Amino acid sequence: MRLNLALLAALVVAVPLALLAGRVWIDPLHPTIANAPLILAGLRAPRVVLALVVGAGLGTSGAVMQGYLRNPLADPGLFGIAPSAALGAVLSLWLGAAGVPTGWWALPALALAGAGGAMALLSLIAGREGGVALFTLAGMMIASLSGALMSLAISLAPSPFALSEIVTWLMGALADRGWSEVWLGAPLTALGLACLWRTGPSLDALTLGEAAARSLGVEPRRLQSWIIAGVGLTVGASVAVAGIIGFVGLMVPHFVRPFTDRRPSSLLLPSALGGALLLVVADSLCRLLPLAGGELRLGIALSLLGAPFFLALLLRLRRGLA
Amino acid sequence: MLAARDLGLGGRLDGVSAVLRPGEVTAICGPNGAGKSSLLACLAGLLAPDSGTVLMGDAPLVAMPARQRAQAIGYLPQAGDVAWDVSVEVLVALGRLPWGGVGGGGAVDRAIATMELEGLRHRPVSHLSGGERARALIARVLAGDPCWILADEPLASLDLGHALALLHLLKVEARAGRGVVLVLHDLAMAMNSADRVLVLDGGRLVADGPPAEALTETVIERVWGVRARWLGEAGARALTLPA
Repeated sequence: MRLNLALLAALVVAVPLALLAGRVWIDPLHPTIANAPLILAGLRAPRVVLALVVGAGLGTSGAVMQGYLRNPLADPGLFGIAPSAALGAVLSLWLGAAGVPTGWWALPALALAGAGGAMALLSLIAGREGGVALFTLAGMMIASLSGALMSLAISLAPSPFALSEIVTWLMGALADRGWSEVWLGAPLTALGLACLWRTGPSLDALTLGEAAARSLGVEPRRLQSWIIAGVGLTVGASVAVAGIIGFVGLMVPHFVRPFTDRRPSSLLLPSALGGALLLVVADSLCRLLPLAGGELRLGIALSLLGAPFFLALLLRLRRGLA
Repeated sequence: MLAARDLGLGGRLDGVSAVLRPGEVTAICGPNGAGKSSLLACLAGLLAPDSGTVLMGDAPLVAMPARQRAQAIGYLPQAGDVAWDVSVEVLVALGRLPWGGVGGGGAVDRAIATMELEGLRHRPVSHLSGGERARALIARVLAGDPCWILADEPLASLDLGHALALLHLLKVEARAGRGVVLVLHDLAMAMNSADRVLVLDGGRLVADGPPAEALTETVIERVWGVRARWLGEAGARALTLPA
């Protein structure tokens, strides 16, 4: 409870700052810039809202995945939903570059179709028993298949411009996003979060292993369906509007876990708030960092932060095992 | 009443029938691979048998809603792993999940008191000894207040003193009206503490009755291939093994 209040308080401070910060600083008391309202309402506000939405979705997905797989190294990317959504997006960029007429909606629509395809395939392969190992293997295979197809699309890019566009998009960012992305991403993420919320008690039971969880009334197949729907919607929506933003789902549950009673269900709300906070702050920093040729891509920034974090985590785990 | 009717399970169980009664401690014994854990998992409703049924009262267990079954049967698997470093109190409270949440303070407090874990209440499970951890896991089952306690080798990581204490506690629970079913490897423990013993061999039930009738020297020789002798009085018997 105290953790949630602290995270909320941090958000209350971070969100207004994120709205004011940028290449053009806006002083709320003495607005000297003529088009300040336009910058705020048209550029910064949707970006900040999107950071909140995507961050909350990825953070919660990560917490659920770690609880489900009973592994602190799990990440929403493991089930192949993010790579499949990215494949859909790459396909739309590819088609656009190849001269097929597409609207702005083609990219998110194909990304969501990719996520939906991965979800359907996962449900199909996972089978009646709902075992965790088979499910994870299926997800990993879907991830590598999507990755391979994405590489194929990149290698067959119709033009160098398309190649650069695809590669840049894959890095993930919130730059230049508007309210249309918010209206697309927010409802889907909200729906996904509602699905993920339902998994809390079952994830708690899984703390004791699969057999004990089933003896406590957990129905593995049903749990799996909620997880596929929840992770699919949140991660699919986030890739559709922002590209691949890794490591949020891995890092945030770790940051908040020591401040909870360590039940997976106690992690869900703090991970949502923490994910939102991390993305708002990271995106603002990306905007502020002076970088020749534009701003630092959010996906790259988080990977730069996330990979050393992951290594430190592995070292700590190794020490724990030794 | 928990009744197995002619259970068959892919080479692991072959026509096993037994009626288990509340108020009794029933031990399931047998050599490795005899089907003990499979039988226990079928009785807990976690494995659906290929043939035959498990009945609770008059209702088939497989048709029972998962939550209702979880309220009636507390199951302790052999592997007592705990994925997250929760405190003893949180671990025990997980037993309340079939009742709709980890609340239910009264039952959790009682279970913690019964297993003598009050002093360890806030300790993380990673800081518990093997015996303390085993007691915490049993307390988790007790917190659910189940009619049946089914435990797969609950004594495996316990020293002699703690094993006896745990058996005594389970016996008290049985006398209070619960049904207790344990997979046990220690035949002397089964002989001295159980009210009834089921002996499995190669998936078949080869003996079923009070310990003195089910665990005779002849049965032990036939099933385990060991010529052992019972010494001592009823209730304090020891098994001597050949040199």
